[in-house]
Amino acid sequence: MKRYLPLGIFAVIAAFLAIGLFLDPREVPSPLINKPAPAFSLPQLHQPAQTFASDDMKGKVWLLNVWASWCVACREEHPVLVELARSGAVPIVGLNYKDERRDGLRWLAQFGDPYRLSAYDYDGRIGIDYGVYGVPETFLIDKNGIIRYKRIGVVTPEILRDKILPLVRELNGNA
Amino acid sequence: MRKLLAVVVIALCSAVCSAVYALGAHAADALPTESALDKRVTALAQDLRCLVCQNQTIADSQAPLAIDLKNQIREKIAQGMSNDQIIDYMVQRYGDFVLYRPPVKAATLGLWFGPAALLIFGLVVLFRYLARRRRATDAPLTDAEHQRAQALLGMTDKESK
Repeated sequence: MKRYLPLGIFAVIAAFLAIGLFLDPREVPSPLINKPAPAFSLPQLHQPAQTFASDDMKGKVWLLNVWASWCVACREEHPVLVELARSGAVPIVGLNYKDERRDGLRWLAQFGDPYRLSAYDYDGRIGIDYGVYGVPETFLIDKNGIIRYKRIGVVTPEILRDKILPLVRELNGNA
Repeated sequence: MRKLLAVVVIALCSAVCSAVYALGAHAADALPTESALDKRVTALAQDLRCLVCQNQTIADSQAPLAIDLKNQIREKIAQGMSNDQIIDYMVQRYGDFVLYRPPVKAATLGLWFGPAALLIFGLVVLFRYLARRRRATDAPLTDAEHQRAQALLGMTDKESK
């Protein structure tokens, strides 16, 4: 019995390390889940003269997707968002984060525009209110303006299918 | 010879250290004196983690987000917020993770007291082991054990000859 003690200790340490290997240290749990989405009002990307306010989406279940033309990972998730917009399952609002207006517009022209509109957060202040630290980030906000889900990083087809869309259906059904 | 070498190494080390220290002190002198505001910003920034480069404080980091957050701290101070209010502001947005000194609560008990608990556990195991060993050596040998020991010693005696 005693002979196996070191082996047992080794197994425990190995198990901890193995779990650690598969955790993503970038995925920090957001304190904003189930809290009201911070209200904001920003100029729109396409029409600088017009503003978009988060309250405009009250009564709708919607996605807020933080993106930037300089963000390489955004390109990876972009086709998924374009496809989602085409399906019409949930409206997507973009938050163009710390970007040059010209670059953002060109990026959308090049890769397609899945957004109902994009709010233009040039100095990243709204990003800070939403605790954004790694673009892309995506928030699912319910009809009462409560953040229900946050994805840090690329929205993959799997995450869309297994997490976001079921939650959208649930939120649309219950409220 | 060994001792001499050690002395030389220690002397060299202390010489290098004092030189580095003097250089550092000199560099600090050369900097313009920081205002009280800057000092407060830096003090707060040193307690906050940069989420982009997770093992740096936002005081140390030059990541764009860290710079933005330092500007936010400066602004909040200008608005008359207290240090605690500013820390709260950051925690509301980024969670406890943003704090370099995590708060003591149920989820962090292991973090705070785990190492001490492990140390105590280790000491208990060690002392019990030592106590058992002392008891074992203190017990006098029985006659049978004496004979066996002599037999063994006798054997090795012959073998060594």
